[in-house]
Amino acid sequence: MKADDTVFILGQDIGVLGGAFQATAGLFDEFGRKRVIDTPMCEYAFSGLASGAALMGLRPIVEFQFADFISTGFDPIVQFAATHHYRQKNPLPIVFRAPWGGGSYAGPFHSQCPEAWFAHTAGLKVVIPSNPHDAKGLLISAIRDPNPVIFFEPKFLYRSQRGDVPSDSYTVDLGLADVALAGTDISIITYGAMVPEAIAAAKTLTKSSISCEVIDLRTISPLDRESILATAKKTGKVLILHEARKTAGIGAEIAAIISENAFEYLDAPIKRVTAPDTPVPYSPPLENAYRPNSDNVVHAAKELYYF
Amino acid sequence: MFESDKTDHIKLLYWMMLTRAVDDRSVSLAKLGKIPGTIFSQKGHEAISVGAACALSEIDVIAPMHRDLGAYLVRGMTPGRIFSQAMARVTSPSQGRDVNTHGMGDIELGIIGYVSHLPQLMTVALGAAFSFQYRNEPRVALTFTGDGASSEGAFSESLNLAAVLKLPIVFILEDNQYAYSTPSKYQYAITDLVARATAFGLPGVTVAGNNVLDVQTASTEAIDRARRGDGPTLIKANTMRMEGHALHDSAKYVPTDLLNKWREKDPIVNYKSLLYEKELLDEQTEKSLIKQIDKEISAGVLWAEKSPFPDPATLTEGVYA
Repeated sequence: MKADDTVFILGQDIGVLGGAFQATAGLFDEFGRKRVIDTPMCEYAFSGLASGAALMGLRPIVEFQFADFISTGFDPIVQFAATHHYRQKNPLPIVFRAPWGGGSYAGPFHSQCPEAWFAHTAGLKVVIPSNPHDAKGLLISAIRDPNPVIFFEPKFLYRSQRGDVPSDSYTVDLGLADVALAGTDISIITYGAMVPEAIAAAKTLTKSSISCEVIDLRTISPLDRESILATAKKTGKVLILHEARKTAGIGAEIAAIISENAFEYLDAPIKRVTAPDTPVPYSPPLENAYRPNSDNVVHAAKELYYF
Repeated sequence: MFESDKTDHIKLLYWMMLTRAVDDRSVSLAKLGKIPGTIFSQKGHEAISVGAACALSEIDVIAPMHRDLGAYLVRGMTPGRIFSQAMARVTSPSQGRDVNTHGMGDIELGIIGYVSHLPQLMTVALGAAFSFQYRNEPRVALTFTGDGASSEGAFSESLNLAAVLKLPIVFILEDNQYAYSTPSKYQYAITDLVARATAFGLPGVTVAGNNVLDVQTASTEAIDRARRGDGPTLIKANTMRMEGHALHDSAKYVPTDLLNKWREKDPIVNYKSLLYEKELLDEQTEKSLIKQIDKEISAGVLWAEKSPFPDPATLTEGVYA
């Protein structure tokens, strides 16, 4: 915001409060109400406002208090913003940010992972970081991108992840996956809050002499097909891990990409470890069973290894 | 092409006649099978779109809907580009990717192309107004919507947000008494939709939507207010949709006597009579207007018909900027 005065942020309780998760803490004091705008409760109206402001040369950042509430502002994102460049040729630089995912026993309406809705919509980019370094670099890239970007922040990681973040401005390219861990036997393709689970599982699996490669997708749409195919060809055994539900999730698309382009390299059927097709439950025993974890990954990886 | 002279009666008449001429020719072209999609009739709405657009300055921005052809024309969208959009040609504002008045935007002309989801463009227009306020520019956004769309949540959200942020925006609600086949009595229970403005703390004004001078006067006041930094206004313009929702719709559900009553209030016929009465128009001027419009329409159709269709090889281009 210091570097570019066309950047402003709007949403609910992001000003004086600094956001429900303190993601915007301090910005109000530094940039004032003009650039850090607390809105009424009107996700539809401020999602649409972002498009109009972007058309007029600004770079809006919209915060949804929870990814669950993005459905209330869905229409202007998927109808106007997503289709605009295809129809009208104007760039539309907007970042729609939201705390995303479960793991905090917050129940069905504060825990959702709705990335597949947006990945299925042409014209949007969908980004989900897995660590503090990438979060900053990807967010700066998203702000500078000429397209509408959905930026989901795994809220489980807000508190559980610590990591060095350079104070200078830097970017992490959108659309590029990261090899979070190199390995040779099994590829675990994942993103967001499941990356630390995959890495923990990979460490456990080394005790059984199983070497895992962990691919952190970082951008969910458009997918980094090259990295996905490279790891599939390298190991021949692919496990796809995501926190979102299984049916019509991102994992299905990744499996299809591999089946269509690298089937002959596979030594076992592709495996998916995901949440089941239910709403996100509240009670800890239920949510713990709902949300995939490193134990599930270890179990599935062993099945895959010994296939 | 842009006309800001408020007192230029001949120009107002010209824009309304041109709007109707483009509309009429579009219907003919559709009947000849030259339009793959459909056409949304403008008949009855000409005074609203022309009157409001003529009240704006060149620096302002409009976000029209599908019955505001007049506003597009006033802003400088040529009949040729409008025909090429309907004919799905690559030379059209959407390069053949969007249908009729949808997606017929041109930012250079200050026109934001709309999507079907009324009143979504109210929210987009809020953003244009926000950017003017943000940069301290003396510019105004003006958007149109309808009686049916006023029942949507986004309508209320937009009025509220505009009032809270005191944005330089004018909302024009074209109450044409029917949302597709649904008459007003099944659309809202209040007596007058303009009361929605008061409910959200902004001024509401009702105008005779078939009287171009009334529309222009009310729009000018609201635009001046917005430009002064005094916030948004809702203008409700009463009119009647004189044809079906779109080309396919015979609108048999509209009572004939209602249509007959409103036929008497035709915005162009009545304005012409007024100008004759005030001796501001003579036969020779009218004839030359008709001639000029015929020429523009013919040239536009010719240009559109000569324009190529988009190449299927470009299908996947431009999803991202």
